[in-house]
Amino acid sequence: MMRINQILPSEITPQYTWGRRKFILQMSVGLGLALPNSARSAGDNKTSLEKLEFIKNKAYSTTESTTEFKSATSYNNFYEFGTDKSDPIKYSRNLVTKPWSVNVHGEVLAPKRFDLDELTRIAPIEERIYRLRCVEGWSMVIPWMGFPLSKLLKLVKPTANAKYVEFTTLYRPSQMRGQKTSVLDWPYIEGLRIDEAVHPLTILGLGMYGSVLPNQNGAPIRVIVPWKYGFKSAKSIVSIKLTETQPQTTWMVASPKEYGFYSNVNPGVRHPRWSQAKERRIGEFRKRDTLIFNGYGEYVADLYSGLDLKKYF
Amino acid sequence: MKHNILLFWGCFLPLIYLIGRLIFDGLSANPIEDITHATGWWALVFLLLTLSVTPIRVLFGKNSVLRYRRTLGLFSFFYASLHFLTWLVLDQFFDWKAMLEDVIERPYITVGFVALVLMSLLAITSIYRLRRYMGNAVWLKLHRLVYLILILVLLHFFWLVKKDVTEPLLFILISGILLGYRVDRWVRTQLTRTQSFSEK
Ligand code: HEM
Repeated sequence: MMRINQILPSEITPQYTWGRRKFILQMSVGLGLALPNSARSAGDNKTSLEKLEFIKNKAYSTTESTTEFKSATSYNNFYEFGTDKSDPIKYSRNLVTKPWSVNVHGEVLAPKRFDLDELTRIAPIEERIYRLRCVEGWSMVIPWMGFPLSKLLKLVKPTANAKYVEFTTLYRPSQMRGQKTSVLDWPYIEGLRIDEAVHPLTILGLGMYGSVLPNQNGAPIRVIVPWKYGFKSAKSIVSIKLTETQPQTTWMVASPKEYGFYSNVNPGVRHPRWSQAKERRIGEFRKRDTLIFNGYGEYVADLYSGLDLKKYF
Repeated sequence: MKHNILLFWGCFLPLIYLIGRLIFDGLSANPIEDITHATGWWALVFLLLTLSVTPIRVLFGKNSVLRYRRTLGLFSFFYASLHFLTWLVLDQFFDWKAMLEDVIERPYITVGFVALVLMSLLAITSIYRLRRYMGNAVWLKLHRLVYLILILVLLHFFWLVKKDVTEPLLFILISGILLGYRVDRWVRTQLTRTQSFSEK
């Protein structure tokens, strides 16, 4: 693997560490209050995570300032650990991610179970600084470490029948307390069309902010599809299955009128209960306009030419 | 009176706690959402406390609790107003177009908005002079709107959660008990009325 000297995201963008404190400072100044110097330790601890070596992929990375590490690791939707956004950091500590393997199977000529070590060696690990837009109306900018999913799929030789890719998240209620409830049908299933899956922007993520993924962010391996709402990017995956028919994804099953298979970020297609026209970037005060395909239209719009995005939401 | 003053200051505790969390970094990465949730949550809790006064008065025969009802009701309105202002200032930042769209198109906002408007009516008419001016009968009739407000707020809560409806269901259950108590009492008075008629 190539050895590239690492620059901490905080060195590139000073706002990265200060965004949230600045926000609080602004608000407290407004309230006429002083700001004591307090720091919570929970999840703040980046040093305990193993570092990753990576090369920077500038072409596909945004130059926007990245979200604070603390925010990206303490404000998560990962229903396997609870429905509150503060649950994942609290309840994911005991998740055992070693050993880990991902079964790649289905409509392929060479099905194979890959262990984590093998996965990290498939291709050079790249840094991709992507925008992440949650369906709930907030967004972050996250430096991911990963490699294109297409590199893995090539190894298993998809057949001509492989039209979709289905991802399955780990099912282990003993370590994932949310799975003891029936908020969603477990295990969590997500899916992509094959052309979406092999798109160069779609990556398998092994880390973020220069280190391996924290448990609450989908350790040890997840997908990242930056032009779709966050829930499409399945976390802690154990199976990748190529299929001929469209997978029944968890949120579609849970609420078919509200969540479609495509779930492309689209300010013009509102969620039945709220608008998608704007979003709050975590750490910022004012809302900003949401961009079609989360701003990745120049790369992905072709995938959907001729498709009615209102119908196939 | 002394107790009411104690209650009055006690009702500020949730706000003080919220401000404390804000200052001491106790809120999440999305503080505006936390503030919206906390103020809305307390508005509902105070509304339920307000509606608990009568059952407590009757069940425990404690007429003295009645004087706390006004304070509790006004604090429900106080937290609802903070909730609304959070939305207006912090969340939407005076984006009138977006807010109007929300009120018209988002059913959960629509019902919340109607609830708030009705609450302001009740809050204004809690001024003693206005109440005397209105006369007790009219005042009582108007303040029965509190039941409608409760139902609207429950809808508001139920519709806004993404998937996990456990908490709104819990509030609906508690409200069901409080409303059920009134229905039960109403049925009983109707029955005794018809009874006393037939005895005559
Ligand atoms: C114009 C009026 C109102 C507006 C615009 C409004 C807006 C909101 C918003 C934006 C949320 C958060 C939604 C989310 O997180 O997705 C919320 C939550 C809530 N609101 Fe309101 N609201 C209004 C009136 C009220 C009133 C009058 C009450 C109660 C008396 C109330 C009680 C609540 C409660 C209990 C929650 C949920 C809190 C939680 O999740 O713990 N709201 N409201």
